[in-house]
Amino acid sequence: MTKFTVDGEEYSAKPDENLLQACLGAGVDLPYFCWHPALGSVGACRQCAVRQYANEEDKTGKLVMACMTPVAEGARFSVADPEAAALRASVIEWLMINHPHDCPVCEEGGECHLQDMTMMTGHTTRRYRFTKRTHRNQDLGPFIKHEMNRCIGCYRCTRFYRDYAGGRDLDVFAAHDHVYFGRHADGTLESEFSGNLAEVCPTGVFTDKTFSAHYVRKWDMRGAPSVCTHCGLGCNTTVNERAGKLRRVLNRYNGAVNGYFLCDRGRFGYGFVNAPARIRTPRARTADGALAAVSRADAIARFAALLGAGGRVVGIGSPRASLEANFALRALVGHENFYPGVSTREGALLQLIAGILGAGAVHVPSIRDVEQADAALLLGSDLPNAAPRAALALRQAVREAGFAPSAKVEIAPWHDAAVRTFAGDVRNPLFIATPAPTRLDDIALDTLRAAPADIARLGFAVAACIDGAAPAVAGLSADLAARASVIAQALLAAKRPLVVSGVEAGEESVIQAAANIAAALRARGKSGALLLNVPECNSLGLALMAQDRPGFEAAFAEPPALVIVLENDLFRRAESVALDAALAATRLVVLDHSESPATDRAALVLPAASFAECGGTLVSAEGRAQRFYPPIIEQGDVREAWRWLGEAGHAAGRGGCGWDTQDGIVAALASALPCFAAVARAAPLETLRIAGNRISSEPHRFSGRTAMHAAQNVREPKPPVSADSPFSATMEGYYGKMPPALLPFTWAPGWNSAQAINKFQAEIGGALKGGDPGVRLLEAGTTAALPYYTEIPAPFAPRPGMWRAVMLPRVFGDEEQSARAAPIRERMAPPALVLNEEDAASIGAAPGEMLACELGGGIQHLALEIQPGLPRGVAGVAGVAARAHALPGWIRITTAGTGAS
Amino acid sequence: MLSSLRTLWYTFLHLFQRNVTVQYPEQMPYLAPRYRGRIVLTRDPDGEERCVSCNLCAVACPADCISLQKTETEGRWHPEFFRINFSRCIFCGFCEEACPTYAIQLTPDFEMSEYIRQNLVYEKEHLLISGTGKYPEYNFYRVSGLAVPGKDKGEAEHERPPIDIRSLLP
Repeated sequence: MTKFTVDGEEYSAKPDENLLQACLGAGVDLPYFCWHPALGSVGACRQCAVRQYANEEDKTGKLVMACMTPVAEGARFSVADPEAAALRASVIEWLMINHPHDCPVCEEGGECHLQDMTMMTGHTTRRYRFTKRTHRNQDLGPFIKHEMNRCIGCYRCTRFYRDYAGGRDLDVFAAHDHVYFGRHADGTLESEFSGNLAEVCPTGVFTDKTFSAHYVRKWDMRGAPSVCTHCGLGCNTTVNERAGKLRRVLNRYNGAVNGYFLCDRGRFGYGFVNAPARIRTPRARTADGALAAVSRADAIARFAALLGAGGRVVGIGSPRASLEANFALRALVGHENFYPGVSTREGALLQLIAGILGAGAVHVPSIRDVEQADAALLLGSDLPNAAPRAALALRQAVREAGFAPSAKVEIAPWHDAAVRTFAGDVRNPLFIATPAPTRLDDIALDTLRAAPADIARLGFAVAACIDGAAPAVAGLSADLAARASVIAQALLAAKRPLVVSGVEAGEESVIQAAANIAAALRARGKSGALLLNVPECNSLGLALMAQDRPGFEAAFAEPPALVIVLENDLFRRAESVALDAALAATRLVVLDHSESPATDRAALVLPAASFAECGGTLVSAEGRAQRFYPPIIEQGDVREAWRWLGEAGHAAGRGGCGWDTQDGIVAALASALPCFAAVARAAPLETLRIAGNRISSEPHRFSGRTAMHAAQNVREPKPPVSADSPFSATMEGYYGKMPPALLPFTWAPGWNSAQAINKFQAEIGGALKGGDPGVRLLEAGTTAALPYYTEIPAPFAPRPGMWRAVMLPRVFGDEEQSARAAPIRERMAPPALVLNEEDAASIGAAPGEMLACELGGGIQHLALEIQPGLPRGVAGVAGVAARAHALPGWIRITTAGTGAS
Repeated sequence: MLSSLRTLWYTFLHLFQRNVTVQYPEQMPYLAPRYRGRIVLTRDPDGEERCVSCNLCAVACPADCISLQKTETEGRWHPEFFRINFSRCIFCGFCEEACPTYAIQLTPDFEMSEYIRQNLVYEKEHLLISGTGKYPEYNFYRVSGLAVPGKDKGEAEHERPPIDIRSLLP
């Protein structure tokens, strides 16, 4: 640690920090704009001026920019120096010259970094009496609102969008005080990280359009720490509520997982919670076959009667339901009747992944670990579409190669513009082997477009190159052998090599090949990491819970008397005709939050809480168990799925359903299943009280308490009590230093924007005070070893008249819950069948022409899209996630005009 | 003794002083325009709602008796609903102080008694008046940078026309 002095007080910082970072870390408030902990310093805004003294005798010193000044041992600074303070006040006055009189009609107002910094410098009165420059705005699509007049020209947006996230369609135009940040023309921002602009922008130029549609101020919303439910990565989010409506999703900092950024699917996919199609009351099938609302007690009685009617009761769990809900179902029906609610194919892949990661023989990287990899291989996985936040981390990993050469000429890693200029195109090696091009190709050292079988062969060959003991690939083409050798050398030369694959690769052999590479690296004494992405928020948790269970289609081998489906639309996961027949032969109880084909066929539908109305634990692809809490305190019939199941089980006289609290069911889970023993440590107990108080879930200036509900009744309702969490339902309670898993919103005196997070970090840009939330379930042991997989597939051989159909994931639309949100639907492209140009010519189809193919038990009509990189004989299927259970597979393609066969 | 007589004398003198009792309600007392009585929402000189639903009145309210929801029409912010629970209001005037658009104003009317408490809950249609109230001139959207119907970018007070970003001129 380096010791330095600010205004006579001694502080310490890490040696590679800059002074601004060090001051914020030490709790000294210093205004800034252009610096961002994840983006580094460029010294553009001149806002963080401080005085630096050469030594103790030096009384004059000089003004320096804190963000551009390294913290040297014994360095002496003054923040309070009058001249430095005057300069900071002047700078903000200049920045504010053109700032419009907009705060009352600005979505950023009340959580605006510019407001905070203006107050911090004490610039409270405008002296400028002349005219302001104005700009025209652009329509940037369904996610982001643009109001360029407010711009202060800090360049954070383009630095994030272009330099950090690799976007191309946002840039800076014009010069001097005319600079304009936008697209070359109106249009939707292409990057799947555009939502972060709303948080990165220090003022209201870029704001959340979906939030604006039902806008309320930050101080008026209840917050809850949550976990994103739209992919398997488990990014941490803050979810805001007012008047029973989910208002927005914000990034919640977790140093080990998502850091400062979220993807757009996670940020804007929340609309399903407010949708009118939500199931809000229990519904039971009446004599005339229609579903009618019934009371809660009636629903429990009916459920208990169905349970008590005898016969085999089957429970089908869900990869998008919490561990608690799945465990409750498993406890109710027994392990031998519990089936993971995933398609047979996906179930096999998930069990393979759970087996590989659960063996404890490879390091499962967190997203932060991915960022620090110095060589990576993406095997079969279109990560930017399947798990965008991990792809963003991979982009940083590639870029970090510039740090070492820069360090040789004494350029610190935070010196962003200098590092990028000096390092130029120096990159860590990234190899990509996928059927179709990915959005990471621009930074890849080498890309291979091949069918899954060939990708697997490449992976096996890489493993064989790394470790001679790994099975060799017979009959490898010279091209693949050369590539494999290059990849193997790069991975071996790296300190922290990383292999990435996932369920989206589609075939077991690809994942096995990835595991072989990780095992080979381990055999050579390298500490490699293996990230195996999973599609849904609790896919891995479900796979660990039901490791030896077959896919749910096996449940119908002999007709069960009763099937209980937990938060799952089975029709996305199996052939609908066969499933329809199977479900018609049995009684069906569905617990879900939204209507689906499964709820249409149920005898009893119970309204289960969505992530916004209940607490629970999810296991991410990293094997990190994380607790989420509800911002909406549900007053009606909507309840946690595990409560419905527990009460029904209790009423039916089944044992082992005796939990009535969140902590109770977590304790039961931890004791019943040893692999989840650590889950209880994922978050504090609900009995936690700080200074005798619950933690307030609403900011202290929450307004309208006595008027919000006055339209219904002027007598104020009693505030609800949140029985399952340590949060109070109101602004009353404790807010301050708290366990990091419980941070309901970020606020600190003088810091109203999201940047207040620096007050909760142990180290700026590092871990939170008290450690990053969540508990890792899959730690690599020192002795465990992974056997090599030896089933190497034959090379891909196109079949005449047939195509190997592979799933091409899409960020928007593939995930079931977010696809119900209107802004996400606007971004969903129509389903497409993707062929390369030669294959398309061979069937005589033109781009955009409708083609028919049989997929998942039905004829699909898909528009043809030409993708030059795609290997011959492979057909990509995009935008039909509900039929992904049939992929990969062989299909015949006919032009729709000639009739579907 | 002397003190008692003096007291009687002073009391006697009061017979000849001016009567201060006001015969309310037959006779209405004068209340200054700045008197803090019934709250109204005013309109700008163009007749549009002044309230931009910025929520500052609600957050300033010590009784938390103001609740509203923002909505937007062609870039113009206005409240979808605006509710004051007068059974909680303490007529402190903080809402008026906080209002950046002079929309919310307190008036000299205090005759708001109700037999049913629910009737003290005023919605926007009860609050919104047709005039500008105490500040006849001010029009927030003429000052702010937002483009609204009838006022494009660069047409507000103290604004230059929008920048042509494709121009190379300084």
